[in-house]
Amino acid sequence: MGNRIKIEVLDRRQFVVQSAAAAAMLPMLLRSAPLTAQERSQSFDVVFSRLTGPLKPEEALISIELPDVAENGNTVPYLVAVQSPMTAASYVKTVHVLSTENPQVIVATFHLSPENGKAVVASRMRLARTQDVVALAELSDGRLVVARKNVTVTIGGCGG
Amino acid sequence: MTGKPRIKLPETAKAGDVIEVKTLVTHVMETGNRKDKDGHPIPRQIINAFTVNFAGRQVFRADLNSGVSANPYISFFVRVTGPGSFEFTWIDDAGERFIEIMPLNVI
Repeated sequence: MGNRIKIEVLDRRQFVVQSAAAAAMLPMLLRSAPLTAQERSQSFDVVFSRLTGPLKPEEALISIELPDVAENGNTVPYLVAVQSPMTAASYVKTVHVLSTENPQVIVATFHLSPENGKAVVASRMRLARTQDVVALAELSDGRLVVARKNVTVTIGGCGG
Repeated sequence: MTGKPRIKLPETAKAGDVIEVKTLVTHVMETGNRKDKDGHPIPRQIINAFTVNFAGRQVFRADLNSGVSANPYISFFVRVTGPGSFEFTWIDDAGERFIEIMPLNVI
């Protein structure tokens, strides 16, 4: 136990076990949790409409790639691509990656410009449970485009 | 906690090329949602901002939240304007800055 590496390994194992247990027994166990699943969905709607304002995003030009099944919700790779010439006349300004069921809705926001040449970003996200992931992009002409992808999560990745 | 960032650039590039830039920095990205063994909340400690300059101009910026995985990996594209160096800056909740500078071999 005096060994630091060993302690970290045990902590992680304990964390994984706790996460799985919490996910399985969430309704019973987490009465003091900040948000219920339903409230989390509502908070997605609130954040999403704050980002879109009065505009209705089009389901066009944008795609989000994620695995269908993520065995480990701690690190789920994703790639967002928007079809855009990325010129001064027409480019992608922002790309938001949103989770519908994580404790925090906005995962990351990427700020782009014609300097990028190509509107493609990739990263890795945490997924607390099975849910939809949403990519919302704002184009330079003010239009919004949206894509959505469901991911089945075997072990949640946001802690208990 | 944080090691040297890893950056992947193409070996060479020409002005006008659109190149992929891959970045990874070692960081715990503690979400703030977890509790320790005694039930006390573990404070959030994440990299919340990532900026990239090339030849002195900002070419990419990201705002990161707790849903970003530990050891954040981010890749994106940049149109090469000419010779220059990339400057990558990650800033965490403690205000610590991790800066990496890497020249691009423009031929």
